[in-house]
Amino acid sequence: MSEAPAVEHPAPGGLPALSLVPKADAKQSMKDFKSDQEVRWCPGCGDYAILAAVQSFMPELGLARENVVFVSGIGCSSRFPYYMNTYGMHSIHGRAPAIATGLAASRRDLSVWVVTGDGDALSIGGNHLIHALRRNVNLKILLFNNRIYGLTKGQYSPTSEVGKITKSTPMGSLDAPFNPVSLAIGAEASFVARTIDSDRKHLTAVLREAAAHSGTALVEIYQNCNIFNDGAFDALKDQATAEEALIRLEHGRPIRFGAGAAKGVVRDQATGDLKVIDVTPANEHEVLVHDAHAASPTTAFALSRLADPDTLHHTPIGVLRSVERPVYDTQMSDQLEAAVEQHGKGDLAALLTGSDTWTVVG
Amino acid sequence: MTSQVSSPATEHRVLGEQRKPAKETRQLDRVIIRFAGDSGDGMQLTGDRFTSETASFGNDLSTLPNFPAEIRAPAGTLPGVSSFQLHFADHDILTPGDAPDVLVAMNPAALKANTGDLPRGAEIIVNTDEFTKRAMAKVGYAVSPLEDGSLDAYAVHPVPLTTLTVEALKEFELSRKEAERSKNMFALGLLSWLYHRPTEGTEAFLRKKFAKKPQLAEANVAAFRAGWNFGETTEDFAVSYEVAPASHAFPTGLYRNISGNLALSYGLVAASKQADLPLFLGSYPITPASDILHELSKHKNFGVRTFQAEDEIAGIGAALGAAFGGALAVTTTSGPGVALKSETIGLAVSLELPLLVIDIQRGGPSTGLPTKTEQADLLQAMYGRNGEAPVPIVAPSTPADCFDAALEAARIALAYRTPVFLLSDGYLANGSEPWRIPEIDDLPDLRVQFATAPNHEGPSGEREFWPYLRDPETLARPWAVPGTPGLEHRIGGIEKQDGTGNISYDPANHDFMVRTRQAKIDGITVPDLAVDDPSGEARTLVIGWGSTYGPITAAVRRIRGAGGAVAQAHLRHLNPFPRNLGDVLGRYEKVVVPEMNLGQLAHLLRAKYLVDARSYTQVTGLPFKAEQLADAISPDLIVGAIQEESADV
Repeated sequence: MSEAPAVEHPAPGGLPALSLVPKADAKQSMKDFKSDQEVRWCPGCGDYAILAAVQSFMPELGLARENVVFVSGIGCSSRFPYYMNTYGMHSIHGRAPAIATGLAASRRDLSVWVVTGDGDALSIGGNHLIHALRRNVNLKILLFNNRIYGLTKGQYSPTSEVGKITKSTPMGSLDAPFNPVSLAIGAEASFVARTIDSDRKHLTAVLREAAAHSGTALVEIYQNCNIFNDGAFDALKDQATAEEALIRLEHGRPIRFGAGAAKGVVRDQATGDLKVIDVTPANEHEVLVHDAHAASPTTAFALSRLADPDTLHHTPIGVLRSVERPVYDTQMSDQLEAAVEQHGKGDLAALLTGSDTWTVVG
Repeated sequence: MTSQVSSPATEHRVLGEQRKPAKETRQLDRVIIRFAGDSGDGMQLTGDRFTSETASFGNDLSTLPNFPAEIRAPAGTLPGVSSFQLHFADHDILTPGDAPDVLVAMNPAALKANTGDLPRGAEIIVNTDEFTKRAMAKVGYAVSPLEDGSLDAYAVHPVPLTTLTVEALKEFELSRKEAERSKNMFALGLLSWLYHRPTEGTEAFLRKKFAKKPQLAEANVAAFRAGWNFGETTEDFAVSYEVAPASHAFPTGLYRNISGNLALSYGLVAASKQADLPLFLGSYPITPASDILHELSKHKNFGVRTFQAEDEIAGIGAALGAAFGGALAVTTTSGPGVALKSETIGLAVSLELPLLVIDIQRGGPSTGLPTKTEQADLLQAMYGRNGEAPVPIVAPSTPADCFDAALEAARIALAYRTPVFLLSDGYLANGSEPWRIPEIDDLPDLRVQFATAPNHEGPSGEREFWPYLRDPETLARPWAVPGTPGLEHRIGGIEKQDGTGNISYDPANHDFMVRTRQAKIDGITVPDLAVDDPSGEARTLVIGWGSTYGPITAAVRRIRGAGGAVAQAHLRHLNPFPRNLGDVLGRYEKVVVPEMNLGQLAHLLRAKYLVDARSYTQVTGLPFKAEQLADAISPDLIVGAIQEESADV
């Protein structure tokens, strides 16, 4: 049941997305990516597991550590850069995608990662997130979704279920939540994936694919806040329920899940939508084969809608969408080069002089 | 010194030869012309062309474009009037002029909106074709002002501009509507004849502008020439005028005409070159700053990256990200955009990274007057952030000075690792004047040294990098850009421990860091304030900042011309102030501070220097007029005699 997605391990540092990033001279270990700062999340926080997964995954990329940058906003998850022994910026609420865009667009020799949360990315920073995704800047965005505001001590977030009782919503929250994966697909994202803090293997596999992707990659990571929203993802973690609740997507494989892979996702011929069926020898051929590289986002979007926002049943995880699209920073550089080809390298004296001048002589 | 003005570059000379009017010619030392029409009539283009002709002729000049925020305001209405005022002279001038000598009114609305500014005897060239009952009724003329004697104080030249233009273009296969559109070029031709402007530049311009529609190019050239010929042949204009080149007004050198926003854009490109850092502009379109985004977008072959962001916050955010990566980072905006960027400016203060925040001020509050000028963002730039977040402020004084101001702002940002405000305004942005093109060798060296190695020894002798270990002289912290091995570090908006830059909530450390950041800005080296007091007897000092330089200087000349003594000083650095400012203020009995706000600089001067600065303010969306300022600065010195002077405004 918990087999990893079928991903070939890329040669260290040989990913197309990272071709301009210098490689490390020597073999790295997890220790190389740990900073000297004391980690200050609450004991038991899901962030620890994600940090450990990222720190142990980074050596696999074999990048020069000094060419890796983590940029974050505000919130519990946004403390992340302090704990990575790379370059890092802990910025302001919601703005990390904008700041990282400027950095990535002007420095193509860097591997730029954004760490954000559901409040940071989807509430105060929603605008920057969708625009980063549509631009397809070479950024890897890790969105830690715990469905609650942690650092401000427990208000409902834009991913909280309707009716959530919190300090700011004693009679239950009224607003419908975002599904981050649906939102990202709607925002023209070229890479969208979802994973879970406690599934180290799956998380690492998704990170690996995200790192290999050219352009913006959005990785939603379900993350447990054991203080203000404990157990939010238990339906996906408890052995007893997970099997029926989780749909593990693997590119090129039929979308089946449940005990004995008894359930499958098929297209409803009447509506064109997707639905879950009990698989039988008679209908087995109808089960959808997952195609993360499909040019149209329609099926990926439909997959993202299978999940029930309240019970989390039929939650797809893995890479929902991974397509090639022109990358903003590459194109920006190309324009600079084309301008030099067309007009020659800028000549300041000629620029200042222009074409309409007169001379005053002594 | 004998100086002379040579001809403009001969490149365009082949196209249409210089023509000389045959009628009687009179000499004038200066003229103020205002072109006024509907916002769709092309008055800004007409004004720009006349300005270019005038610049290439070698006059000194100063311009004031004035237009509504609507792209096409309702036709024929008073709010839809767009105008362009140009002052040109055979000597050096400082402002676009108080009152027009000549008004070109393309319709009743343009006439009505502008006659109030005309002195007795002014000439009015009016397009009679547009004076229909309906058009006049729209602006409240019951009877035609051309016939009821209400314009008797002026010399009115009624010209059926539309009819004449259509007639001149009948050979072209154009609809009447298309032909009518060239009436601004007819008017330009007429005015070019009237003031002996060179014509070949405009003809070349039209052919280039309409290169893809040669028919339209030739039609516009034909309308332009028809206007010129009309002046030559009609009996209504008996005389034409010459304003000699301003031979003695300028130091020797190569000159061009330049607007504030263009000068600012060039200043940024030059700063990037002088700093040897790539330029990165993160910006969101906003009037009147967008032209800088447009201009810089053209210069990608200088390695300039322009990023049109999704909003103001992302514009500055991306710029700050690029600054972290080692770029010369800039964001351009106007007041409302500054409000949105404030939190990120605070972050830049905390991160201590170089960043230029360029505010082309406009009328406020809120959306205010997007296309009009004001200086009311000074206190916003000074204080508009949470916490103690000092930011240096530089303000250019004239359109051409925007070039030098950009270099100066970059110098401070780079040397002190700080965001810097550059406060221009709508008047400087759109106004233009002759600019002596600098020699590249004379530009300041802005190169910086990135950190390349650890700068501190740890407890057991190991080399470490401390991102907040400061230069003892400038208090600037090291700029260590990603990609530099061994200097990996994390910075953020949370208070940092002095030296290490690690998160610190220690009370004493916070107190120290707040004071240190302030001390760094207070310690920025800026030139002493120069005072102009030729007689040495002045007891009144007039002090201003930014775009009021022209009107204040013109007012000071008037006062001195009338025998008064007044000292003048103009602030380029508003934070920190020049070291000698307190001494300067203390030397005068009376300090007058004219500003296009409700007294923001006066407030700062009073607070810091306990000086009884007297504020003189105007917030009309327009620059001061010299006469009015002279009166305000020194009422006792303004005597009737001054009116007789050929006041050099």
